[in-house]
Amino acid sequence: MSRTLPKTLLSAVGFVAGIALILLSASPDYFVTALRLVVAVAGVALMIVSGSALGKRLFGDDFDFSFWFSVTWLVLLGLAVALAAWLPLGEHIDVANSLDQPINASPDPFSANPLGTNLFGLDLLARSVYGARSSLVIAVTAVVIGTVIGGAIGMVAGYFQKSVDRVVGIFTNSLLAVPPLILLIALATVLEPKIRNIAFALSLLTIPGMVRLARATTMLYAPREFVVAARALGATRARILFRELLPNVLLPILSLAIVMISILIVAEASLSFLGLGIEPPEPTWGNMIAEGEGSVFEDYPHIVLVPGAFLFLTVFAFNLVGEKARRRWDPRSVKL
Amino acid sequence: MTTPALKGPALEATDLVVEFPVGRGQKVHAVSGVSLTVAPGETLGILGESGCGKSTIGRALIQMPAPDSGTVRLNDRELTGLKAKELRGARARMQIIMQDPISSLNPRRKVKDLVWESHAIWGYDGDDKDGKIDEVLRAVGLDPETVRDRRPHELYGGQAQRVCIARALMMDPVVLICDEPVSSLDVSVQAQILNLLEATKARYDLSLVFIAHDVAVVKNISDRVMVMYLGKSCEVLPSEDLHLRAVHPYTRLLLSSLPEAQQSASAGDTVVARVAAELPSPIDPPSGCRFRTRCPLATDRCAAEEPLLRDIGAGHQVACHHVAL
Amino acid sequence: MTAPLLEVDDLRTRFLTPRGPMQAVDGVSLTLAAGETIGIVGESGSGKSVLGRTIMGLITNGPTTSVTGSVRLDGVDIHGLTAKGRRALWGTRIAMVFQDPMTSLNPTKLVGTHLTESLRFHRGLSRGAAATRAVELLKQVGIPEPERRAGQYPHELSGGMRQRVVIAMALACDPQLLIADEPTTALDVTVQKQILDLLQSLAERLRMATILISHDLGTVSGRTDRVAVMYAGRMVETGETGRIFAQPRHPYSGALIESIPRLDAATHSLLPAIVGQPPNMLNPPAGCRFAPRCAFAQDKCRTESPELVDDVACHFPLTHALEVPA
Repeated sequence: MSRTLPKTLLSAVGFVAGIALILLSASPDYFVTALRLVVAVAGVALMIVSGSALGKRLFGDDFDFSFWFSVTWLVLLGLAVALAAWLPLGEHIDVANSLDQPINASPDPFSANPLGTNLFGLDLLARSVYGARSSLVIAVTAVVIGTVIGGAIGMVAGYFQKSVDRVVGIFTNSLLAVPPLILLIALATVLEPKIRNIAFALSLLTIPGMVRLARATTMLYAPREFVVAARALGATRARILFRELLPNVLLPILSLAIVMISILIVAEASLSFLGLGIEPPEPTWGNMIAEGEGSVFEDYPHIVLVPGAFLFLTVFAFNLVGEKARRRWDPRSVKL
Repeated sequence: MTTPALKGPALEATDLVVEFPVGRGQKVHAVSGVSLTVAPGETLGILGESGCGKSTIGRALIQMPAPDSGTVRLNDRELTGLKAKELRGARARMQIIMQDPISSLNPRRKVKDLVWESHAIWGYDGDDKDGKIDEVLRAVGLDPETVRDRRPHELYGGQAQRVCIARALMMDPVVLICDEPVSSLDVSVQAQILNLLEATKARYDLSLVFIAHDVAVVKNISDRVMVMYLGKSCEVLPSEDLHLRAVHPYTRLLLSSLPEAQQSASAGDTVVARVAAELPSPIDPPSGCRFRTRCPLATDRCAAEEPLLRDIGAGHQVACHHVAL
Repeated sequence: MTAPLLEVDDLRTRFLTPRGPMQAVDGVSLTLAAGETIGIVGESGSGKSVLGRTIMGLITNGPTTSVTGSVRLDGVDIHGLTAKGRRALWGTRIAMVFQDPMTSLNPTKLVGTHLTESLRFHRGLSRGAAATRAVELLKQVGIPEPERRAGQYPHELSGGMRQRVVIAMALACDPQLLIADEPTTALDVTVQKQILDLLQSLAERLRMATILISHDLGTVSGRTDRVAVMYAGRMVETGETGRIFAQPRHPYSGALIESIPRLDAATHSLLPAIVGQPPNMLNPPAGCRFAPRCAFAQDKCRTESPELVDDVACHFPLTHALEVPA
């Protein structure tokens, strides 16, 4: 015990030092750009290595650092989004209020604008948090719509098969046959770029995948003996679908939904970047990145890197959590 | 619920035919015209190898799927041709116990909910739910305290099969169809379940259809045995001294295939099937007698004319042209 | 007396599973002379299959596996060899037949190719000679029209025929030891006997030592010289086959034999069932592993693990013959 304590301390110190290095690298005053990159990479490496060691010491060998890092990131982001209005953030949208702010300020963790400002002096941290709000709301809404509709269609197709399945097959294959970007651009020209409409448009992308997974999983469970037993007891079709099959189909579908959130965040960002999504000054990560078009990126790389980092970390985290959920709940690996 | 005194058989099936399309206009002739009756309190054993259609018959009896032709009567009530809604109630007093007990139980439910499922479906709510669950768990030899809150994957195979039996009993069934109920269980546990089925049958006044491939197991639990080969019934006989009385060449082949330890007491003759002979495909079964391609007694007549089940006395029926009376 | 062909001494196989260590084989010793047949009988979790694979050298020390004790074939310790050394033994000195013939055969290769490949690799036969020998082998395992069958794919054969092909593959290079792990479990009753008869006659003709692993007592009775009964990773009883079936001395062997329905017993007779469930191998009972289910268990059995003495690992072995000898 006495021997492991110093090692635990060492890991904890390394973890904190790693984060400090990342913060330092983000501050303009201490290093030249090239050196900042080196310091940032070193900080990330130190944080991962010591964080992983620390976790293993504290929670046992099964500790998965990248998973818990992802969960932490998602929880923090979720909290920030939910509490954005009450957080001491800079101005994110109203140019009139940012007249006194420096424009294109570089990130400085110890200033009023920790992640810098954009061309209009709007605070990038605040814009990233509010941007996360639209991104997450759109992605999550779209995935919920897609999961409910796609899951229901898939389960019905998988359970009833025959002509129902054939019709559903034609429907999903037609949706898959339309290139997603073209579908989105077409919809964007018709629909007003509002959160609700974009969420609806994106949900069309998730439906075929959900239908397929729900259908395949239902077909895996439908011939199982427990379904036969339920029918023999006199269960109605609705009861079999809801009580017997749904609990078994739900977990694999939810894990796919988590992964899909990350895909839709990217899709939404791409739409905004192309100017087809939410329009500025209302921030989203996509239109924030688009602000770096032209020579801006060369002069002020943080304009692109800050929302880019938010996007990257969030997508990375959703993917990782979704993958882990899939491995845990994949029907093929469930021992029955 | 009380069972009204029965005049006729508990379960009667006539001329069952089940075929599965396999594409290109071909179909598997899984069951081709099999009839059976089960008297109240009787156990009918169905014996055969894999692919003989014995499990398909079990499923056809509970109309899952319904046979392509033929009739099934449970307690004098016709089941074939009923609408889905009527069928739900009509077949509820026939329950099925399947081979793999773990996958017969929804992996996401607890034992108490699994056992209570029938009452939840039919809305017999009411008083003393826990008491009734505990009673039926005790009746199948489980300790309610230990298993009530477990999920299927936390049970041993034998325990899971007991839960399946308990669940079936909650429906107050008249007929219990047991489809290979012990063949996925450990050898040391099989006898427990076989004894439990015997005891349950007596205690709850059940009729049993016991489907299995193991001659000794079927003989022990059944009153009468139907031997099936390639979708046809080839011999029906009382199980007492089955190993001495059986006359159909296929039944004799089954008996002579038993390990010597069990075989010593059976009749001395050994039917040697033609070693080369393969089990014919049920997509394109042989004409006439389906066993003729492997039968040592086969003649031209067997190819031309299908032998029908005929009575040879003492409740013994056989479908063979060459069995001497 | 010459040295036995196979000597297994205090073999222990332990797996590290995510839920803790599992001692699958717990100190098994046995010997086998050339041409002799031993049956290893046990239920799932008894360690019989792991024992077979450890003897074969398919299971060796690794990151999640530990094997101690020794397996000597003609004096050579299989677990002391390099991976390459073991591969050289497989097929030529030891061969194995598994339960499911379909997974033992490559669905994209012709039946004949399965045989000729190993003949050319191990024996260095020419293409023509290997093809001739392959047809001979197929004939030897009772496959009709061997020339035609050699040109077919595994899925065109029935289960019994496939298992014959697997046996032919095992015999291709005249092994001294054949390990058959549940060779007939996946097959139909009428085919099982044919395959077992085939294995028996081949073993006699080729003077091949055979280990026949099965959960089914009927499979080993009358076909083996000796039987080893396994329970929860341990060998609880071993001895001459006839003796074990007529007068088992371990309560488990006795109970197992009695619990199986018999053809000549009266219909509806109550079976003497073994109470309880097979042990959880991640957390096996202390003392004698069978004690919690044993009708004769006493306090000593629950605390003290019995050693194998006089062919039986039991503190209070049975002394009388079964009422109805099997």
